[in-house]
Amino acid sequence: MSTDTQSAPQLSEPQPGPVRVQRKLPRFAPLGLFVLGIALGAALSAATGFSVTSTVIYGVILGTLLVYVVTRAVEGRRKATDRLVTCLVTTAFGIAMIPLVSLVYTVLDKGLARFDGDFFGMSMFRVVGEGGGAYHAIIGTLIITLVATAISVPIGLFTAIYLVEYGTGRLKKAITFFVDVMTGIPSIVAGLFAFALFTLLFGNSFRAGIMGAVALSVLMIPVVVRSCEEVLKLVPNELREASFALGVPKWRTVVRVVLPTAIAGLGTGITLSVARVVGETAPLLITVGLITGTNLNPFDGRMATLPVFAFYQLTQPGTATQAFIDRAWTAALVLIIFVMALNILARLISRFFAPKTGR
Amino acid sequence: MTATKAPTEPPSQQRVVRRPGDRIFAGAAKGSGIFILLVLAGVAAFLISEAIPALTASSEEIPGGEGLASYIWPLIVGTLLGALLALVVATPLAVGIALYITYYAPRRIAATMGYVIDLLAAIPSVVYGFWGLAVLAPQLVPFHVWAADNLSWIPLFDGPASTSGRTMLTVGLVLAVMILPIISAIAREVFSQAPALHREAALALGATRWEMIKMAVLPYGKSGVIAGAMLGLGRALGETMAVAIVLSGGAGATINLISNSNPSTIASNIALRFPEATGLGVNTLIASGLVLFLITLAVNMLARWVVNRRADFSGAN
Repeated sequence: MSTDTQSAPQLSEPQPGPVRVQRKLPRFAPLGLFVLGIALGAALSAATGFSVTSTVIYGVILGTLLVYVVTRAVEGRRKATDRLVTCLVTTAFGIAMIPLVSLVYTVLDKGLARFDGDFFGMSMFRVVGEGGGAYHAIIGTLIITLVATAISVPIGLFTAIYLVEYGTGRLKKAITFFVDVMTGIPSIVAGLFAFALFTLLFGNSFRAGIMGAVALSVLMIPVVVRSCEEVLKLVPNELREASFALGVPKWRTVVRVVLPTAIAGLGTGITLSVARVVGETAPLLITVGLITGTNLNPFDGRMATLPVFAFYQLTQPGTATQAFIDRAWTAALVLIIFVMALNILARLISRFFAPKTGR
Repeated sequence: MTATKAPTEPPSQQRVVRRPGDRIFAGAAKGSGIFILLVLAGVAAFLISEAIPALTASSEEIPGGEGLASYIWPLIVGTLLGALLALVVATPLAVGIALYITYYAPRRIAATMGYVIDLLAAIPSVVYGFWGLAVLAPQLVPFHVWAADNLSWIPLFDGPASTSGRTMLTVGLVLAVMILPIISAIAREVFSQAPALHREAALALGATRWEMIKMAVLPYGKSGVIAGAMLGLGRALGETMAVAIVLSGGAGATINLISNSNPSTIASNIALRFPEATGLGVNTLIASGLVLFLITLAVNMLARWVVNRRADFSGAN
């Protein structure tokens, strides 16, 4: 909250004569004024029935106004505008924090109710009321995500290699552009694509985990391509040239020199792309659906997945409503834990597998 | 980002015996690239082929009984309404956040703050739906009532106020939170690339920090912000689960944000209807999906075109 502006030229000493003296507020005055504004806001809120929300709203508005008015009176319009923007920008950041904190708190608060051994050890097979768990859904999510990764990573990585090492001309431009466009495909459209594809191939009633995996791959491939491409571009050309000079074929140069140099970035990018799709719900909802038992075969029959499980537990609760809602929130919590774990894993990969070349 | 250019003319390609390994590897790489183009074409092709029965069916057979256009029209209105509301809320906030992180936050914690904002993008959309339904919707009910009482002269707040809060307004705010990290990530990237010489020149001439940003940073980052906003718009248009959970939709086309009767959105309508749909119902939903695909494709291509005009940043995150 560094609301003080750059005060490099110290003009604080009043000088005699006709020189115009620039008056300055003391260094901590803006912060103090802001806190005063919040205190006023709390008082105003208390007058109209105290609540935290109104305190914060009144406080921030009053604090901002107070800083602006006092600065304008003492230091002039330009400084006042500067402080006003500082307040606004800081407030914008604060506003963004509200949903994040509220969301994490809510999910923890409601999700911990069923965060127990049963949740991870039991499926919903023949469970109609309390108890039961998401073992089948967790396994299903892992299987489908693994299959999707197995499809996406080779295609994505090879495309990135093509773009960086081989690609020239219009094909390269076209691929780059359409990969970018593909990152914007709505997840539900990817699901419809997988559905249409498998319906045409295997008939209307075909359902299997592979459908979901294909849908997720459509979402995942462009992310893999983009992140791998960025990383491969960072590999210094000198390494390639040195390898060529030693008579190493191009493909071995790529496999033995370029990829190992970039391995940290590739691992990070791929992990983040997995994190991106592990929570996808819509494509799985319309392709794979949901079952109550455990299905380990991604090529036959419906599978349960964690996001879809959470969605149906919340929106279609059975007779024991609370038990269903509890399971839904715990599933949401587990999902967030998955995504966060993958994000942390990505950071660890980039830290520990960083290339040992001095670049 | 472009510190090292991709090798444009690798020395090994000229008059060198092409080894089988090389040929296979190059072929695999090129094949993968072409495969991606085929997938994108396949998405369009398969959607079209499955949508054709709905396009050619007589209007009585379409669910609702009034033809495809009047089935999809309210959904398009709902989709655009929610996404635009999200965009209007999120863009100024995202610009503020990006400015805060690049030029206001203390240097040492700025990177961490950026990471925290990026966490918003990592949260699965179904969890946003849960949060919107359980926390945001009830919290916004008083605002709905207040808006219906005081702002009803604006068509957007026509009322009557919803008592559950499961309205387009709530959906728009949830979507705004979801696209915030996308826009702010790109805005951050362009703002931080504003030429240091311009910034220092502005400060040296006695500009305050805001004047420096106004003169040196914002003009430079404008196209990046526009592109980021459009990418966010594309994301909001296609967002499914959060809308499906929060919105109590299904009514006709209306721009009233705060009542209980809202138009659904294309994506959430598909998610909610698809598992139970049969026969022509499936084709109709796929046809609506095709419309969504075309809208997002147009928005994204426009955004990419704006991004690509400035080659110095990727905008890929």
